[in-house]
Formats: sequence, structure tokens, C-alpha cells
Amino acid sequence: MPYNKVAEQDIDYLRSIADRAFIGADIHEDFSHDEMTIYGVHMPEIVVEVKSTEQVSAVLKYANERGIPVTPRGSGTGLCGGAVALYGGILLSLAQMDNIIEFDNDNFCVTLQPGVLLMTLAEQSIAHDMMYPPEPGEKSATIGGNVMTNAGGMRAIKYGVTRDYVLGLTAVLPNGNVITLGGKVVKNSSGYSLIDLLVGSEGTLAVVTELTLKLIPLPGVSLSLLVPFDSLSKSFNAVPKILQSRTNPTAVEFMQREVIEAAEQYLGLHFPDKSAPAYLLLTFDGNTRTELDTTIDKVAEICLSCGANDVFISDTQERQESIWKARGAFLEAIKTSTTDMDECDVVVPRTKLASFMELVDTLETSHGLRLRSFGHAGDGNLHIYLCKDGLSESEWEKRCAAVMDSLYISSAQMGGQISGEHGVGHAKSHYLAESLGDDAIALMRGIKHTFDPKNILNPGKVC
Amino acid sequence: MKIAVCIKQVPGTMQVDIDPDTGVLQRAGISAKMNPYDLYALETALRLKQQVGAHVTAITMGPPQAQAIIKEAYMMGADEGVILSDTRFAGADVLATSYTLAGGLSKLGGFDLIICGKQTTDGDTAQVGPAIAEHLNIPHVAWVKTIEHMEEKSIVVEQNMEDSLEVVRMSYPCLISVEKDIYTPRLPSYLNKKKTRNKQISVLTLDDLSDQSEENYGLSGSPTQVERVFSPQPRDDHTTWDCEQVDGAELLYDLLATEKFI
Repeated sequence: MPYNKVAEQDIDYLRSIADRAFIGADIHEDFSHDEMTIYGVHMPEIVVEVKSTEQVSAVLKYANERGIPVTPRGSGTGLCGGAVALYGGILLSLAQMDNIIEFDNDNFCVTLQPGVLLMTLAEQSIAHDMMYPPEPGEKSATIGGNVMTNAGGMRAIKYGVTRDYVLGLTAVLPNGNVITLGGKVVKNSSGYSLIDLLVGSEGTLAVVTELTLKLIPLPGVSLSLLVPFDSLSKSFNAVPKILQSRTNPTAVEFMQREVIEAAEQYLGLHFPDKSAPAYLLLTFDGNTRTELDTTIDKVAEICLSCGANDVFISDTQERQESIWKARGAFLEAIKTSTTDMDECDVVVPRTKLASFMELVDTLETSHGLRLRSFGHAGDGNLHIYLCKDGLSESEWEKRCAAVMDSLYISSAQMGGQISGEHGVGHAKSHYLAESLGDDAIALMRGIKHTFDPKNILNPGKVC
Repeated sequence: MKIAVCIKQVPGTMQVDIDPDTGVLQRAGISAKMNPYDLYALETALRLKQQVGAHVTAITMGPPQAQAIIKEAYMMGADEGVILSDTRFAGADVLATSYTLAGGLSKLGGFDLIICGKQTTDGDTAQVGPAIAEHLNIPHVAWVKTIEHMEEKSIVVEQNMEDSLEVVRMSYPCLISVEKDIYTPRLPSYLNKKKTRNKQISVLTLDDLSDQSEENYGLSGSPTQVERVFSPQPRDDHTTWDCEQVDGAELLYDLLATEKFI
């Protein structure tokens, strides 16, 4: 692509408008990749740290005029190469834009900058007696990154995903113009929803510099049930019955013993139960413990009738930590257990979950590739990790491609989508093209062109 | 083998008001839970039950609502539960609490091993366990991090001293207070909850104990005077080495070894 290289005068100008800018050897190696180095390592020519909408506007206006690509980036915890500077140019780090501007308890919302970490938002919301419901596993991700990938997380089944919580935003267009959309309003039927277009756009349409997010009153009580089963298929059979029981779980996760053991090893701690090969982890919230006790009894009976070995109750902070700390470390634990890995984040209709996991088992045996999985049984979103282990590079690439193709083809046949919550980036864009077809991709490219005619903003991503 | 586990109901949150006159925690109206450190004691007892066979009794002192943690102990696998509950026990400090528990344990009788948690999250003294043993005149070891093995007449445990690990053999009857993380506590089981729904919880009052002198119990039996209760300052201890002058790796290794991380 005919982009201009970052020259001396560009460096001088960018340094004059930004707080900090790094070039050459001063750029930390981390900025060349996200969590998945398997998708390639690409060094930006300059890293520009910004702290305000005005600075972002000035950088984009300049880059647009000069034809220099700009890659926006938060914490770099993505899994599809979305925040990697494929064509060099400017890496626009928004991590320092991390101020929470206002908690509004009357309008149940928070206004903040995109660099605020998800863990900070969660903690601060609780401190203000409110809750930010989306709960993606990677708590050190920025909220800006979450919005840009429409991150989902474990509470999606009850509370929805990031998209459902974006009430308003300020964004800088690739030409440097600033737009403000939505606000502290609950309803909004005012024209095309540009907010929804920007959410999940992976930094390809505009750079979000301020967000207003919906919060909800903090539930009084929350607890989890850890339910051991003799097999994953038995556990999946229980899921629709739990969902139909009007108990309204906030999370329905599935996990297998191998992944739990990997997390134990990674964290150096012991999970409270390892008696079974498969588990469901259910979470419920409500106003009182008495209310939840009724729920526990109801759900526990359903699980036992579906063949659960027992139902364990996690009702204190310590118990929750003993489970959720391990659950939160699954990705890192699998990563540490192997030499390299690839990931598939498909989402299938919930009724197809068992069939899809059977396919995963079959592929593991037929291709001789170690596969590890966990995910959201309640919403059909699976995370399947392909582990290289001791395979040679060529063998790994061959087997990995074959397994990935099978996973995505089967997902499509079952009515699934290629990404439930991690996004597309550049790593999955060819699967997206195959999945959506020419017309839909042409529409997406048209939208991209409308926002970014010179294609300077995060080029090579999504479509 | 008969094992007793001393457990306590504590506030479920750290946001607890304190009575300005007595320095006693105001527990009314706040959620409660089993002292997290006691879960390790109970888990230790249940592991020993699995390994060598034992009858596990959970015992607590508290108001009637503290029966909830006995029920929880049943859900984790305890065989029997006892609550020492009497308004005359209220407001007890370490001395009166340990004296009351020791009285209850004597009344029940026949325990080979008494297991306590390291400390509670409300009182934080870490003294009740050893004090019970003193009242009962039996040997005790605190800070137990490993149960090495059980013998017919004694138990061998590893004790975590400040700068060393000590292996101790102790004859029954005896008392140990165990460290956090000696085992990962199991979660309460719904099947056990169903099984023990109507299981009896024995209640002992002052009238059941051998010493009937009211002045030895509760607030009147508590010589501790609380002068001031405050939250400690967060610690920010740290060490900085200039690794151009010294071998940083060696220093780090020594520190990790001293702190027993390796």
C-alpha cells in the first residue's frame, strides 16, 4: 500500500503535539504485537502517546494529510492482531487517556476516557454502588479496546455485551474532525446508529476518545455454583434446562479438568474440586441471599436430574476467588503449557454446542493436534486453543490450518459466526470474508471508505 | 479418632462498625460467614477423616444465628456440630472465649485432636487456639503448614516459624492451629445440604459447663480493655539493590529463600 514513511519532520511535528513519542530502539518490543505473536510481529515507526481528544485530532489530521497509517492501541491484550501496526507508521497509544471523568448515580452512567482499564472500571463502579455488567476475562484490557471489539465476557447471557452499554461517545474521524454521538440518554432513535457502527469496528473507522457507559444498580448478592459432571455432553444437556428455569443466571461457563489443571500449575494454587472431567460454572446475582437460596435449590435439582455428581456452592469472596482466579487464568495457562498456539473464538447456536465440542474431540484425534477449550456454554461462544507442543514448524502450520478450516466451516454449517467476542483483526479477516460473502464485505468496505477514504486508520484489519 | 474443629462466625464484610464504649464489633444487621481461616482447619480435619478415618465435630461459640456455620460445616462433611450459645458468653475476649470453648470441649470430651484456624478475620489475635490448649492443659503447635503423618498415639506436623521450619511430634490429645493454604478448602455440597437439612445441632449453655461462675465468661470474664480500634496503615516495605555494585541474582535468591518462596 502506498503509505508514506515517517520522516524527520513528521517526528518533530508529532513530538510537538503529543505528550510523548518514541522511535527506533526506544520503542518497546511489546508494541510490535498483541497477545498472539503467532499472527506476526510488526514494529511501528513511531509510538505516539496521547492524552486528549485534541491531541488525537491533531495526530489524525496530520497523518491523513501526510498519508501515514495510524494504528490505535489500548493495552495490547487483543487476540487477533487488531492493534498491531501492520504497515508501520504511527502507533497511537491511548493507554494514558485513563481518567474516569464522572460517575453519575442519577443517570446510572459513567463518563470516561478509553484508556481506563476494565478492572478499574469494575472496581470504581462497585465503589459507587453500581455495576458495569460486561465481564470479559481480560481485566487489564482497556475499555476502549473492549468497545472496539464489542467484547462479550461471562455475564453476556444475562446482561448482554459491551455494545449494550455504550450510551454515548466522542470520536475523532480519520481527517481529524471530532464527532459526539449519543449521551446520557436511555433511548435513542435519532437516525442511523453510528455508535453501533463504531462499536466493534476495531479502530478502523474512528478513534474513540471519550465514552459514556450505562451502569446498573449493584446487585446485593452474587454467588456461583460449581457443578461436576462425568462428561461434557452431560453438562451441556443441563444448560437449556437451566436457562428455561427462569433463574436467570449471569454466567454459564463450561470447563474441563485438563484446563483446570493447567491453571493450577500456572497459578501455583489448587482448585477446590477436581473430582470430575467436566464442570459447569454458574453464577447468579440478586438482592438477597434468601432469594438466591431458592434459586440454588431449583438449579441444583435441575443439575442433579441431568446427571451432575453434586453441586458445590461458592458463596463467599474467598470461595469465589478460589474458582474465578483459576477461570480467569485459563488463556494464559494454556499459552504457558505449550510452545505456540492459535485460537478460535467461534460462536454457535447454543443447541449446537455439544455437537461442536464433539467435533473438537474428533479433530484433536484425527489431526494429532492438542486442543484445549473452555467457554461460555450459556451463549454458545467457545474458545478453542490449538497447541503446537513439539511439532515442527511445517507440521504445525499444516495441522493448524486444517483444524482451523474445519472449525470455521463446521461453525458456519451450524449457523455460527467466526468471532463471538475477540474480533477479527487481520488474523481472521479471510475467514470473515468467506463467512459473510462478497455483498456484505463490499458494504463493510464502503462504510470504511466513507469514514476513511485514504485508508490511513488501522489498515489491513477486519475487511 | 475424634477430631474437634473450632470455628467462628465473622462479618461477611470488612465494613463493620465498632461500639465506641466497649470496642466490641456491632454485628447486628450485617451479613456473616464462617471465618475464612477456619475453613482450612475444617478442611484439614476432613482430609484426616478421609485418610485415617475420624469423627469430626465442629464447635463454635456465638449467638443462635451462628448455627448457620455449623450447617455449613455439615455441608462440607462434618459429622457433628455444637454451638456454645448463652447471652452470658457475649462480649468475650481471647481469655473468656478460649475458656468457654475449652469448657465446651471438656464437656463433650474424648477428642484426640483439636484443630483451629490460624486466626479470625475480625479479632485477628491468633491466640484463641493456643489458649484453649493451655486451659485444657494439652500440648499444642501453632502455624502448622503440613500434616506430615498420623501415628497411633501422636501426630507429626511441620510448623512454620518465622525463619525456619520445624517438624514436631505431639502426643494425643493435642491442639494444632493451621496455616492458610495448608489445603484448599472444599466447597459446601448441595447433596450434603439435603442430607443434613434436619441434622441436629447440640446447644451448650453456661449451665452445661463445669465452671458455673458467671464472672469467668463473656464481657465480665474479659480483662482486655480496648483502648482504640483502627485500621492499620498499608505497608509499603521494599528493598532496592544497585545491581551494578552487587550480584542481584544472588541477593534475590537469598531473599526468596529467606522468605521461603523457594
